[in-house]
Amino acid sequence: MNKHVNLERRRQAIYGWLLLSPAAILLTVFAFYPSLATFWSSTFSRGTRRNPTEFVGGENYADLFADPTFWLVVKNNLFYAGITIPVSIFIALAMALWANSKIPARGFVRTAYFTPTVLPMIAAANLWLFFYTPGLGVLDQIGALFGLPSVNWLGQPETALWAIIIVTIWKEAGFFMIFYLAALQTIPEDLKEAADIEGASRWTYTRRIVLPLLMPTTLFIMVNAMINSVKLIDHLFILTKGGPSDASKLILYYIWEMAFAFFDAPHAAAMTIMVLLVLGVVAAIQFFYIDKRTHYQ
Amino acid sequence: MSRWTKYADTIGATALAIIWIAPLVFAFWAAFHSTSDAVNFNLTSPWTLDNFRVAWDGAPWLRYFLNTFLLVTTILIGQFILTTLAGFAFAQLNFPGKNFVFVLVLMQLFILPEVLIVENYAMISRLGLFDTILGVGMPYMASAFGIFLMRQAFKGVPIELHEAARIEGCSWFGILWRVYVPLAKPTYLAYALVSVSTHWNNFLWPLIVTNSPDTRPLTVGLSIFGAPENGVDISVISAATLMSVAPLLIAFLVFQRQFVQAFLRAGIK
Repeated sequence: MNKHVNLERRRQAIYGWLLLSPAAILLTVFAFYPSLATFWSSTFSRGTRRNPTEFVGGENYADLFADPTFWLVVKNNLFYAGITIPVSIFIALAMALWANSKIPARGFVRTAYFTPTVLPMIAAANLWLFFYTPGLGVLDQIGALFGLPSVNWLGQPETALWAIIIVTIWKEAGFFMIFYLAALQTIPEDLKEAADIEGASRWTYTRRIVLPLLMPTTLFIMVNAMINSVKLIDHLFILTKGGPSDASKLILYYIWEMAFAFFDAPHAAAMTIMVLLVLGVVAAIQFFYIDKRTHYQ
Repeated sequence: MSRWTKYADTIGATALAIIWIAPLVFAFWAAFHSTSDAVNFNLTSPWTLDNFRVAWDGAPWLRYFLNTFLLVTTILIGQFILTTLAGFAFAQLNFPGKNFVFVLVLMQLFILPEVLIVENYAMISRLGLFDTILGVGMPYMASAFGIFLMRQAFKGVPIELHEAARIEGCSWFGILWRVYVPLAKPTYLAYALVSVSTHWNNFLWPLIVTNSPDTRPLTVGLSIFGAPENGVDISVISAATLMSVAPLLIAFLVFQRQFVQAFLRAGIK
């Protein structure tokens, strides 16, 4: 009997590793090894014809810290995150509350909110180009109706990043809405009835009952929005290319530019490591939140 | 709900919906009108298909469509196979090191493939997969997210079915194929919708690892077509944009409920 159990255990171990191995190999090749290799190459100098690469320790990092463009890009990205995360969450919540209320044309409203989610960022950028183009664009034409002068939304440092931010919010809010919508549908009807009997206003009901019950969803959406504020940069390629004078450049775009336009892989690697560290912090928040949530239940 | 708040809700919700759909509506308008009519918003101006004709002749779209189709299919097949095997191992088998490996897999959820572009590019070149569809797809096949999703789905399968199949003399693989996979069909469907729409829309990585019209997916093709250097006008860009989003957009409008359910299932589990 003991021998049989042992045999079974060994068989499970072999099958287990056999089944895991294809995924494990690909994950190693395209996630774990590259992470380590990125760290490794961030400590070497960029090789040129005359100077071969050599170990420089933290010099690439020091270069970045001394580079004003790097700090501008970091500042841009923090601003991008600082606006897109709360605004998308707020709009998503409003969308969900509306899409869940008993209003006419609810189907149309839901579809309209969610549609941007299925479009590629590149297509979204093309659609918005029609809004932002100076002179001919929709925004300028609306402005002209009120006698406002033409504005080059994408071409001036004060507005370029805002133009990028608006496209991101437009793209992600509808996606976040569906998570709120699902959570709203799990709130029992009796809570609303009880609140009505108590004479609570709609605002009180929303603030004291609905919002606290949506808290876990909000945290989930927040983590996703944080990841998006690193990831969603495709529209830069169409709308501004990070310009004018780096005013709308975001970190992932800068990494791409460093590696594939300036062919400076070591500095790109150093920036990648810093982004990975930030994502690690986001991961820690996520795990912390999952822990809390299971505790809560 | 009082009548007035209901009116306010309806107006607010509809206004936001109109704002949200406006960019698509304007693009639709522009795509079917000549550039000057489009920007003047002359509502009586004639409709035309010229923009689509110009856009279609301006780039090898058919090839781009085919590339995107091949790309999402390759990724989906790879993901189905890898995540099924790994998900089953994590859900139903016990072996030393399992929990440790599972934590590693979860970690990958936060190592975005987008961030590792530099080293992944080097890796793909080393493997000789630069400028191939397989090269574009490969980094996404062992999706940690998919493995997690499949593990959850397989965990929900009653153990009695597993035991019954084993008593009938089914092999491990037979049990996986005949018991687990059929029961996880809704999860596969949800995962497929999320995966296809993600990779249909993916841009940065394909931009880096493709270098010819023979491998370039739609998104990259569209970005090159719309580049200001090419001096294409707004109506033609709108036509090209609508053309390239049409398949996914129509699929979404037809299967809206399934799409939303899929994203929910994928997000919440």
